[in-house]
Amino acid sequence: MAEAMLAADGTPLKRSLARALRRQKLRALMLIAPLLIFVLITFIVPIGSMLFRSVENEMVGNTLPYTVEALAEWDADAEPLPSEDTFQAMFFDMFLAAEAKRHTRLGTRLNYETTGLSSLFRQSGRQLDDVADISYEPLEDFDAAWDDGETWYALMNARQTADDALMAQQRARVAALTDNETNSEVNFAPDAEVAALLPLAAREYTAWAVYVATQDGRDPATRDPWEAVAPALLIDLQTADLSGYAGPEADRLRAVQAANLPVANFVDAFVDMDEDWGTQVPWETIQTHSSTYTSGYFLNAVDAQKTADGVSWQPEDKQILITLFVRTIWMSLLIMGSCILLGYPIAWLLANLPMRKANLLLILVLLPFWTSLLVRTSAWKVMLQQQGVINDVLVWIGLVADDGRLIMINNQFGTIVSMTHILLPFMILPMYSVMQTIQPSYLRAAKSLGATNWTAFWRVYFPQSVPGIGAGSILVFILAIGYYITPEIVGGTKGVFISNRIAYHISSSLNWGLAAALGSILLAAVLILYWAYDKIVGIDNVKLG
Amino acid sequence: MKLTKTLLASTALTVASGTAFADGHMASDMTLVSWGGAYQASQQNAYVAPYIENNSGVTAVWDESSAEAVAKLRAMNEAGNVTWDVVDVVAADAIRLCDEGLALEIDADEQLAAAPDGTSASDDFGDLLVSDCFIPQIVYSTTFGYRTDLVGDTPPTEVCAVFDTETYPGKRSLEKRPINNMEWALLCDGVAKEDVYDVLGTPEGQDQALAKLDTIKDDVIWWSAGADTPQLLADGEVIMGSTYNGRLFAAIEEQKQPIAMLWDAQVFDLDGWIIPTGLSPEREARALDFIKFATDTQRLADQAKYISYGPARASSAPLVGQHAELGIDMAPHMPTDPDNAKNTFLYNYEFWADYRDDIDAKFQAWLAQ
Repeated sequence: MAEAMLAADGTPLKRSLARALRRQKLRALMLIAPLLIFVLITFIVPIGSMLFRSVENEMVGNTLPYTVEALAEWDADAEPLPSEDTFQAMFFDMFLAAEAKRHTRLGTRLNYETTGLSSLFRQSGRQLDDVADISYEPLEDFDAAWDDGETWYALMNARQTADDALMAQQRARVAALTDNETNSEVNFAPDAEVAALLPLAAREYTAWAVYVATQDGRDPATRDPWEAVAPALLIDLQTADLSGYAGPEADRLRAVQAANLPVANFVDAFVDMDEDWGTQVPWETIQTHSSTYTSGYFLNAVDAQKTADGVSWQPEDKQILITLFVRTIWMSLLIMGSCILLGYPIAWLLANLPMRKANLLLILVLLPFWTSLLVRTSAWKVMLQQQGVINDVLVWIGLVADDGRLIMINNQFGTIVSMTHILLPFMILPMYSVMQTIQPSYLRAAKSLGATNWTAFWRVYFPQSVPGIGAGSILVFILAIGYYITPEIVGGTKGVFISNRIAYHISSSLNWGLAAALGSILLAAVLILYWAYDKIVGIDNVKLG
Repeated sequence: MKLTKTLLASTALTVASGTAFADGHMASDMTLVSWGGAYQASQQNAYVAPYIENNSGVTAVWDESSAEAVAKLRAMNEAGNVTWDVVDVVAADAIRLCDEGLALEIDADEQLAAAPDGTSASDDFGDLLVSDCFIPQIVYSTTFGYRTDLVGDTPPTEVCAVFDTETYPGKRSLEKRPINNMEWALLCDGVAKEDVYDVLGTPEGQDQALAKLDTIKDDVIWWSAGADTPQLLADGEVIMGSTYNGRLFAAIEEQKQPIAMLWDAQVFDLDGWIIPTGLSPEREARALDFIKFATDTQRLADQAKYISYGPARASSAPLVGQHAELGIDMAPHMPTDPDNAKNTFLYNYEFWADYRDDIDAKFQAWLAQ
């Protein structure tokens, strides 16, 4: 076996080479690092986090954690309504959410799935205090000490052993609900003995203490807890065995237990708030959409929906998005095609005229390019409308009757014409720069060898200009597919694109999840078409200049 | 996500620690958000200029983003960097911002000025306080205007003329969204005014409204910006069209176009201020101070000198005077004027908060057919 070659310093040549190469690569990477980091922070991360919303669905579980848990066992086909325990869990979840002003946000989220839930949540949120008062007022009348935060604090705060697990759990609950940190100091820890004896009251009191301490910056020791602790306490006392309890407020607790104060029937209380709670609709919606990640937005994006019984199509009169996707793609192809047809001769002219004239022509191409998009689109409105310039001229020369003016705007024709005009420079410029590099001597050689004008063009010139067409087509097509303002202004009803729906869901309906799903599909469509283009034409054949 | 949370936490911390000693300290810069155009100019003249005169050293910057206010505020809030201090939005958006926890709740009696006769702010605004976060400013209406020279000898007097293409042939312009159009369609299809929303809440009712709109679908140009209808009317592209009453006022009185108002079945809506949540105590104090001044009785009445929208306070109505430049009486041009308000309709916020997405999907699918 031959001996390995050594470099001058004695290391094997292979390793020495590899090291030198690695150093070079690292240096190159350092050079592009600023750009890479910039692109990463300003482009990849925001777009990624936006697209991530299309599957993210933490809000339901974060806002109603105990309800979601209780609902998991409910079978809508077997039982008309969820259990009383579920209603009870819903009450405590909603109460905390309403204090944090998060219930309406959840209502908005669920309203995307089931119409009517937005006002159901908003209105129920206002009435939760009344339900709590069913227990709170008798308790306070029975013994005014329960109206005093210090009584509660003395009862709940840890003496010997604290229930750290409960504390951590409630910190997490409030953090998930409010989207804020809850790690700051809380002047409270739930007593382990009381937490075992009165689990629900301890849970709700701890949640309250964490909330006021971390979100409002107040000391729970000196504040009165929310009314919801009263029903929690009375529920616990229905079953609690106080005989062994000797901690603070033991006598008061025994007296309350003996008094047998009223607790709301939560099923009735919810149905009283709004009769919709007595139907399966809101519960099924919550159950169906409670997972942390959801395919619901993507299903919505293709005119389907996620229901309690699985996936189904949207009702026919609400199906629109697939139509819009298809329309966006074929109209973009059409616009790309008309840009090629119009742009090719101009690019050829630009490349073959003498320099001075070519420059003048180039300015004419660029001038509209530098004008505001809105101005150009509005100009097309003036040109194309029924009382517009083109119709006026046609009527004047007698080509069309005054009452038979052509409809050229607020339809697909208007969108195609104005977008072709607006995107034309993106086709002409790459074509021009490619055509400039084509040697005129090739054409002359072809003709001197006997080719007709057409053959010389088609067999010699055209193949060399294809990279320019390719580059222009990719540019125009990708720009067109995401166009929004022009279709909105001149598209009427049949000339609008999918991006107009995305804009609607971003800024009007605030359904960012659906907007993200639509955006992801559009991005995927572009990538697939790009891939197909690469397979068929080859991306190496594209020249931008 | 982590970064956002840290940012949020640190803002929350500054807010918490700031409250203690913020009294009397107010920020000296404000960013006000509005709609641009004549409306924003009226706010500048009626509220902002006098406020800055009274508080030297305060500067106000305008941002014309009200149309995207909800989406932008949500994004700002998520990034933990709210750059707006006072935002002008329509009531429906205020309700959504309040629902999302993006707007500050206002106690009208504590934080807004009482009327000169001592009536409390909440009584003075009355029912117009449609959300806990919303400070009403003006009442506007979406109504129809028509070309006086293109409708023949009998100008339309009621809203159903829009659906009567035999008597009034020609194009009409309607807004490219279901709100208002569905109501008008049902009204003109024989549904009683008080039943409209009950009917519209059912799938059959929605189909009924779309079927009625279907009868004029080929004659409609759909608009998405408030300036479209005045332009279409001025160009003679349409013979009648819906838009905001202030836009029609400008076309009729300022540009002297041959257009007249059809006040029948005008839909009242509200526009007003909200203050975003998550401001520093200094900025919040400044915003509240400005709002208290800008929504008092005299200021709201002053705004009507520049634009034909009705002040939201009952006590402002008697103070409405003449247009600042044209010198004409503004009262007859207010949507709330008794002559104009014979048959009106109030935008049902609750209903549209629930049904907006559902009906919009149907409406857009119907449009695309």
